[in-house]
Amino acid sequence: MVSLDFAAVLEQWPLLVQGIGATIWLVALAATLGGFLGIACAWARTWGPKPLAWLAAGYVESIRNTPFIVQLFVIFFGLPSAGVRLSPEWASALAMVINLGAYAGEIVRAGVEATPRGQVEAGLSLALTPGQVFRRVVVPPALARVWPAMVSQIVIVMLGSAVCGQISARELSYFANLIQSRNFRAFEAYLVATAGYLVLAIALRRLLLWVGPRFLFGTVWRG
Amino acid sequence: MVPAEPIVDIRGLRKRFGSNEVLRGIDLAVAPGEVVAIIGRSGSGKSTLLRCINGLESPDAGTLAIEGRPMRLDDPRAMRDLRQRVGMIFQSFNLFPHLDVGHNIMLAPGLVKGRRGAQGEARARQLLARVGLDDKFEAMPAQLSGGQQQRVAIARALAMEPQVLLCDEITSALDPELVAEVLAVVEMLASEGMTLLMVTHEMRFARKVADRVVFMHEGAIHETGPASELFTRPQTTELRQFLAALD
Repeated sequence: MVSLDFAAVLEQWPLLVQGIGATIWLVALAATLGGFLGIACAWARTWGPKPLAWLAAGYVESIRNTPFIVQLFVIFFGLPSAGVRLSPEWASALAMVINLGAYAGEIVRAGVEATPRGQVEAGLSLALTPGQVFRRVVVPPALARVWPAMVSQIVIVMLGSAVCGQISARELSYFANLIQSRNFRAFEAYLVATAGYLVLAIALRRLLLWVGPRFLFGTVWRG
Repeated sequence: MVPAEPIVDIRGLRKRFGSNEVLRGIDLAVAPGEVVAIIGRSGSGKSTLLRCINGLESPDAGTLAIEGRPMRLDDPRAMRDLRQRVGMIFQSFNLFPHLDVGHNIMLAPGLVKGRRGAQGEARARQLLARVGLDDKFEAMPAQLSGGQQQRVAIARALAMEPQVLLCDEITSALDPELVAEVLAVVEMLASEGMTLLMVTHEMRFARKVADRVVFMHEGAIHETGPASELFTRPQTTELRQFLAALD
């Protein structure tokens, strides 16, 4: 019979709170910038000039077909030899943005490609520029169409941020690891971390499903 | 019939899709304020002709001028300028589903003419009133009937203050009982002097409202004339067959 001592873990709560805060910061940054990167990618692949479309395709495929942790290592351990030295946290954020951007690009592209031709023609016939048509006519309904898939991907990236502890980015899993190395309560520490991720994931999913239709591609897109 | 300065001047217009030549040399001059109904079988090129006039299709040969200014397809700025003067209404309405009725109308004037805020809103409400939908400013397109959506689409096109309005089978997707409300708006525009080019299957309406009817057949203008003559005394067998098939 295992005897569990959660108190030994929970008394380190300031660390846990700091870890949760860092994880939230990482996912907020990744979702915002990665989302924009994804939209840009979707534009390049559907509406963009040929060279940009190829560039975007190369980016998307190379990210989608390699492990996240390797991408993280390339940025954190590899970039310094190119003279770019990032803190573990910024390296993690950058890796997450790049990773999510690729997946989001594919998700948004599906939504963009499902746009009825008549929508684009209506926009053009009203004298909008192609860029205006894409931003104001195509993207909002496209995002609405693919939002559930997008939200899932953002949650996956948030959960994937647990590996950022491997380069000592001070996020939730890093602190769980730190706590168990201090008190040897590995089972409890990781169970607490698990609960933390579970709550974060559910809350994030709900938040995004609520925010999307109201503020991102909502009924009224003012300007 | 056609005065010296046509508002739409089409000469020798040709368009092919692959091996299929859809337009085989169209000449058509439309006077300001004229209402032209374009009729013909499906595949006769009438929609393609209309779509060429605001550059949604690019012709392979021929010239096209609006208000004396030749169309320049390779100049995006000139095309946007042209599209401000030539509005288009589609068979499938094409309202923007994520915007309410008011913002559907205000989007383009806001972005293109910089007409925003209270001024843009007042104008949108005024246009909605003209098409009989003053109470639908906040409605979403999905909440409206087809006839109401099409009237919003007309208001949206009018918001850009076009000189010419192209109507591409604008009642073909409507339930029969909703056709009249849309045609009433078109008739109002015609009576106010708007230049209209409409592809239509509503022969009775064409007869009533159009100054001139153009019958297209196999990519060419086969017969043309005042509505009263064309429908009562068709000169060609093709038009006779076409009209007979409608009854």
